[in-house]
Amino acid sequence: MREGSRDPETPKSGEQRVKLYQTGTHVVGNRLLPPEQRTVQARMDRSNTLTSGHRACQGCGEALGARYALDAAMRAADGNLVAANATGCLEVFSTPFPESSWQLPWIHSLFGNAPAVASGMAAGLKALGRSDTRVVGQGGDGGTVDIGFACLSGMFERNDDVLFICYDNEAYMNTGVQRSGATPPAARTATTKPLGEHAGNVFGKGKNAPLIAMAHEIPYVATATVAELRDLESKVERATRMRGARYIHVFVPCPLGWGAASRDTIRIARLVKESGLFPVFEAVDGEVTSVSKIRRAVPVVEYLKLQRRYAHLFGENPREDVIEAIQAIADRNIRRFDLLATAEEGADLPGEATDAADLPKSQPGIAGRTEQESNLMRLLAETHRGSQ
Amino acid sequence: MLSQIEGSKAVAEAVARCRPQVIGAYPISPQTHIVEHLSDLVRLEELRDCEYMMVESEFAAMSACIGASAVGARAYTATASQGLLYMVEALYNASGLGLPIVMTVANRAIGAPINIWNDHSDSMSQRDSGWIQLYAESNQEALDLHIQAFRIAEELALPVMVCMDGFILTHAFEEVDLPGAEQVDAFLPRYEPQQLLDPGDPVTIGAMVGPEAFTEVKYLMHAKQMLALDLVPRTATEFAEHFGRHSGGLVRGYRAEDAETIVVALGSVLGTVEDIVDELRDEGVSIGALGIKCFRPYPLDEVREALAGAKRIVVLEKAFAVGAGGIVGQNVRLALSGQAAQVFDVVAGLGGRPITRDSLRALLADVRADRLETGRLHFLDLDTDRVERELARMRAGERPGPHAENMIRDLGIVAARSH
Amino acid sequence: MYQVRFHGRGGQGVVTSAELLSVAAFLDGRHAQAFPSFGSERTGAPVVAFCRIDDREIRAREPIARPDFVLVADPTLLHQVAVFDGLAGDGHVLINSGRDPAHLGLDELEQRLPRGHVATVPASELAREHLGRPLPNAAMLGGLAAISPFVSLESVCAAIRDRFPGEMGERNSAAARAAHERLERAAEPARA
Repeated sequence: MREGSRDPETPKSGEQRVKLYQTGTHVVGNRLLPPEQRTVQARMDRSNTLTSGHRACQGCGEALGARYALDAAMRAADGNLVAANATGCLEVFSTPFPESSWQLPWIHSLFGNAPAVASGMAAGLKALGRSDTRVVGQGGDGGTVDIGFACLSGMFERNDDVLFICYDNEAYMNTGVQRSGATPPAARTATTKPLGEHAGNVFGKGKNAPLIAMAHEIPYVATATVAELRDLESKVERATRMRGARYIHVFVPCPLGWGAASRDTIRIARLVKESGLFPVFEAVDGEVTSVSKIRRAVPVVEYLKLQRRYAHLFGENPREDVIEAIQAIADRNIRRFDLLATAEEGADLPGEATDAADLPKSQPGIAGRTEQESNLMRLLAETHRGSQ
Repeated sequence: MLSQIEGSKAVAEAVARCRPQVIGAYPISPQTHIVEHLSDLVRLEELRDCEYMMVESEFAAMSACIGASAVGARAYTATASQGLLYMVEALYNASGLGLPIVMTVANRAIGAPINIWNDHSDSMSQRDSGWIQLYAESNQEALDLHIQAFRIAEELALPVMVCMDGFILTHAFEEVDLPGAEQVDAFLPRYEPQQLLDPGDPVTIGAMVGPEAFTEVKYLMHAKQMLALDLVPRTATEFAEHFGRHSGGLVRGYRAEDAETIVVALGSVLGTVEDIVDELRDEGVSIGALGIKCFRPYPLDEVREALAGAKRIVVLEKAFAVGAGGIVGQNVRLALSGQAAQVFDVVAGLGGRPITRDSLRALLADVRADRLETGRLHFLDLDTDRVERELARMRAGERPGPHAENMIRDLGIVAARSH
Repeated sequence: MYQVRFHGRGGQGVVTSAELLSVAAFLDGRHAQAFPSFGSERTGAPVVAFCRIDDREIRAREPIARPDFVLVADPTLLHQVAVFDGLAGDGHVLINSGRDPAHLGLDELEQRLPRGHVATVPASELAREHLGRPLPNAAMLGGLAAISPFVSLESVCAAIRDRFPGEMGERNSAAARAAHERLERAAEPARA
């Protein structure tokens, strides 16, 4: 990857080379960069497509991802953008009647039809001779990989002129954290509680929507996380400027549903990538064209420990077997996508020095301590205790 | 231009003259010939500036129409039976959002048991989905109703379902008068959306509405439907002025003014009923027919007025509410409050069983001779013996297995019947 | 009202025949209505289609139970399906066969109907000759036009050419004419 985000690092003649860690998500404002290379969010004229005042939870990864993604799409489309939204958290927290956080034309129809509505919008705009107006469809993982999947696949197969963005928080959060087809193994949800011998969600199930999207050989597929927002922006901008069916799958932590501290949203998103559990890549016409490298693979434990949805793997009866199985998934991803950077590649990359150094390795269950517990989190905790 | 063509082709030609900009197409019998012909017209560029979307399901077809309509495009789709049920969630969404989509329903039974033939159980199941429902008696009327439907839909910002009997109309070759494109253009103005997803003026469509306003939003839906009670007949009148023939409207009586017995029905069976009315009138029987052309909104006053003088009312319907009774019958009774007429609910033509002249004449003879009970549901041409045998099996405590198979076994013949 | 019932097997063009007859009647200035016995019939399965012709608007839509004319495109149906059910006392029958009706085991039917009302025409053979394929529908319609006063050969041919433009239409029309000619010739001695 980094085609987009490598650009800022490429020194122009006579300029000092600016390293990624100086412009990455740790850096506010990108003041070291020339203005045209700064992030969309750093610009005064950003569209604030999802503007403030919405009712997302503190630390919501989806709100963050959607704001960056849609502002980037708005920039790439020159403000000429319309959106179709699936039912879900994003829809609910952004449009409590009579208020709306959306500063672009936006329609919510149903849970399972956002890709088809977006397809219809693109078709209508084409028939009206208004194809300069670009179309974004968006939804959570439930609306994308489960109930909306037939519509999504149809949209891909027809190569409809739609960019679909999935904000993946790995469960049905809007209905109270139930398992979806994107819920990872061992994760606790309201329907995959660690009861009896069951260690959370089952292994070997669930689907990999980006790979399935690639199998449709659509022009563009990418994954991203809210830890690397510049990367997300550049992918969205790139996708927006393309035509045909495009898909971006964004990893968005959910503090409420995952039992994580609100302040850890970015950290968790960074660790999921650095551990290899969530490969970040781009694919053009069905072929992987770039991968976001990892400087040094972080053990999955570091990722899991921050989330109470995995608490049953630790505690009094630790499930090392399960943790090993999760580690095996990460290792396989690292091999399969060739995620590890060579020494040379690694020099520029964020790694332990910048990302993992402040991880509270000796503090399991940190999430709940600093966070005011929500009802849901309490419920999760109580159920967990009850099972022991 | 007078043409002898298939009903589906006639409808497709009429729809094309309405210049839809997006067509969501998904095959299901007996609607397929309509979308097939529209595909031809788009490929031949006889229908221009139209996106023909071959979607993956009826749910996607309706959803694509929702998206298209929301960006200001005139949207059309066609379906039947299971397909209509598969798009139900989107049907309610289209009406709730007030998007003027027009859809043909080629009426077909709903399974199980699976059955591809005609009845009204599909569209009747969606009578309360917030769509306007028009029922065609002939292919000419089906064609005409589509042209009217776009106008009604767009004027009220409500979706309209044009229901035509599957196979009986869709697959029948008969004479139709196809209007010229310029004639339709003069009648049907360009689509001016009442709400629009426009980057120049961003709006949010489909926001969540809580208890503080949901009732009011729903009330408005009802109020808009009630406005259609004026608009539907007005559109029919204007249509007649433009095209020189009467089609549509709310209800149509046939020799019903002074009739003691009135048969109420929807759709293509009205033709057979009218033939029988003529025969019986020739024999001196005081009988007439009432066709309900627009079932939603329900034209309560018009039905009441048309039935005011009747002593016996036979409601002949191709669907029923299982466990409750007639659907049209219940609606007709609503219009008769205080009137001392006998109402007979007769279910007929289920799953493609022909409604024959002989059976109808026998039914009406029974009605006139007071041999038919009111207050219970009658099934025309029901094979009582077969039903009784199956009921006896159940009473005997046998594990009966699949009823459908038993019924067909009892029948002895499966196929190869001439009619 | 003149009512025609078509019997055949899926793939023989029986439904098309009924439709073409309705178009021919329409071209003759009459009202007509054609429809199939609605089903998901597969190739080879028995198929029924109907056509009504009248001088006034046709409103009835039930299947034709009492036909004035029965066409049988496949003689193997004769003893499998009740093809002559409800046939009018002075009705006509036309069967796709090169054999005499007497050789088809239809004595009873011949006795019931007026003389000469049961006819055969080798429609598949004529089709093979003119089209190269045994699709009997055009020849059957040509034969029907020779027997029934409700439709003219010219309109049958016009309907065929309208449905199958180009050479295919011409060949089918030729098959219809050939069948028409045969039946007219066969009818002459009977009339004389």
